Formats: sequence, C-alpha cells, structure tokens
Amino acid sequence: MAFINPKTKEVQIKIVYYGPGRGGKTTNLEYIYSKYDHRIKTEMVSLKTHGDRTLFFDFMPFDIGSVLGYAIKIQLYTVPGQVKYNATRRVVLRGVDGIVFVADATKSVREKNILSLKNLYENLKSYNKSIFKVPLVLQYNKMDLAEQGIPLLSFDRMQKDMNAQLKVPAFPASALTGTNVIHTMKQIIKLTLPSVQQNLKEEVMS
Amino acid sequence: MSYTLEHKQLEAIDDLLQHDLIDMGVTCVLLIDMAGNIIANIDNGKRKHDIYSLAALAAGNFGAVSAMAKIIGEDEFSLLFHKGKKENIHFSRVSDEFLLVSIFGNQVSLGFLRLKVAETIKTIKDLLKTAKKF
Ligand SMILES: Nc1nc2c(ncn2[C@@H]2O[C@H](COP(=O)(O)OP(=O)(O)O)[C@@H](O)[C@H]2O)c(=O)[nH]1
Ligand SMILES: [Mg+2]
Repeated sequence: MAFINPKTKEVQIKIVYYGPGRGGKTTNLEYIYSKYDHRIKTEMVSLKTHGDRTLFFDFMPFDIGSVLGYAIKIQLYTVPGQVKYNATRRVVLRGVDGIVFVADATKSVREKNILSLKNLYENLKSYNKSIFKVPLVLQYNKMDLAEQGIPLLSFDRMQKDMNAQLKVPAFPASALTGTNVIHTMKQIIKLTLPSVQQNLKEEVMS
Repeated sequence: MSYTLEHKQLEAIDDLLQHDLIDMGVTCVLLIDMAGNIIANIDNGKRKHDIYSLAALAAGNFGAVSAMAKIIGEDEFSLLFHKGKKENIHFSRVSDEFLLVSIFGNQVSLGFLRLKVAETIKTIKDLLKTAKKF
C-alpha cells in the first residue's frame, strides 16, 4: 500500500518484479540501473547466493518526479523465483502496489511460467488481494534468443498461456539487450499511479 | 490503495522519536511499515545512512524472522537485535503494520534502549491509529 507523506511531501510506491527463477527479473533491474544511474543515488541492493541466484530480493529506489507537489518515489523489488523460496517471496510481496510478471519465452520452460503465475495468484490471495485487481503487466522475456535459433514460444502462444483471463498489458522483451525493459517499467508505473494520484488529490483537497 | 497520516501526527511522531530516543543518545531511528515504506526517520545528524535500502532490508528481515517464528510454533521473537563493533540495530514491532528500527552506539545500553523503545511505542501506536486509508 502506497504511503502518502504530507510532511516530507513524498509518496512511496512498491513495485515487485515476479516470475519463475532465471526468467530475467534481476536483469530487468540491472538494465534500469545502468540506464538511470543518474537518478538512482544509491547502490542496488542484491541479496544473492554464491551462484548469483536471488536469495531474498533485489531492491532499488527510483525517483520519477513529482505530482501535485509530491515527489513520487518508486521502490523496485524482485523476488527469488525458485519454487523452494516461497516463504521469502511472500515476504517481499507484502504491501505491493504494482507487479511486473517476467515470463521466460524459452519453449522448454513453458510450464514454469504457468506455475509461477499460479503461485502469484495464491500468494496475493494470502494477503486478501486479487490478481485481477492489482495493477499488473506481463513481460515475455528473452526474445533475443530467437537469433541464436533457440526455440521460443510465440507472442500469441504466451498470450494464450498467461493472459487469456487476465487481459493486462503484455510486452515481448529482452532484459539482456534492454528491448522493452524501460517500456515495461513505464507501463506498470502508468497503471499503478492513477489510484494513488486520486488518493493524493483527495488528500491535497481535504 | 494508499494510506496517509496527518501532518500534525507526523510531527508528533518526529518530536517523540527525537525526544525519547535521539536525545537519549540513539544514532538513528526509522519508523517503517511492513512493506518497507518509511513513515518517519530521525537521526542525530552525524552520519547519513541509505535509509531507503535500510527500510527495505529491515522490513524483509522482520518478515523473514516472523515467518521463522511461525514455523517453529512461536508467535514472535521478543528480542530482535544485532550487535556490531560500534553500531547496533534493534527492531521492535509497533503493530501488525509498523516497525520501529533503532540504530545506536555502545554508549547506550541495550536494556535502556529497550525500555525507551517500549515507552515510545505505546504513544506511537495511538498516533498511528489515526492513519487514513483510501
Ligand atoms: N538471452 C537472454 N538472457 C537473459 C535475458 N534476461 C536474463 N537473461 C539471463 O538469464 C539468466 C537469469 O537472469 P536473472 O535476471 O538472474 O533471472 P531472475 O532469476 O528472474 O532474477 C542470466 O544468466 C541472465 O543473463 C534475456 O532477455 N535474454
Ligand atoms: Mg533474480
């Protein structure tokens, strides 16, 4: 839940990158960091294993300017994707305002995407949140692998697998090359901001 | 969904943290919610920490420890404290939604800090009850 602070004139919003392990969540944040390092005053926090896998989460604050005189502070998080880390994944999801689901378009991991989406549905439910109501964007990642002849799921196939019921914005992307990474982030901010903005208006008017 | 607190209440919280903790020798205090948002943050001005990262890690850490407590059949652990060479960090649950994080040097004893924190939390709890959810 976003926090509106009338004293410091700040709004803090929590965006979580979710999805199967090795799908490219951390790579998304790393790309954003590399592009916007002038706006991100601190180091990216990464809690990972020796094998470079996300153990708990990655974290990065991101300033996007101001609305109605309030500085909007976006807090970007990733979860650990591996199935066994569900307890910590749930912790990171607490109080989430918007979610980017990073799916892996590699053909061989199709099942993992579907399982992870189901897991998101269940974890949100444990916080009395509905996957159908939370601001959500899908990203079909690793599209660049097509050039190496690695079999990928088509955009249509991914849409049928992941988005048939959700019907949320979805983008093909490559976190490695940066294709659509910033676009994805802008879209989730665009989806998350309106409700906060509405609340902010009420707050400023009152 | 968002929530807010009135300017007046936030000021009261700042004053309380300053008076009860910082004036007593505590280096830095953060009042955060369980999502990792910062509600209030006061320090003695001597050193600047990366408070956004600190808040994210503190909320995550507290969430993880709470989940561990549940697994072994405890409601919660009453003492959450890390000791360093020069600085120490203490976590205290204010309510289901809020957490108070205190960073303090060795000139402040843990017993004294816990006493002060417990007192402070009583008042903060009431102030936080005025939070308005949209
Ligand atoms: N080819 C390709 N590899 C990617 C892409 N995104 C991530 N990777 C690689 O996939 C692996 C897992 O990425 P990571 O971001 O750690 O996944 P996470 O578990 O979701 O955080 C790493 O070796 C990345 O370099 C992509 O768009 N294309
Ligand atoms: Mg990762």
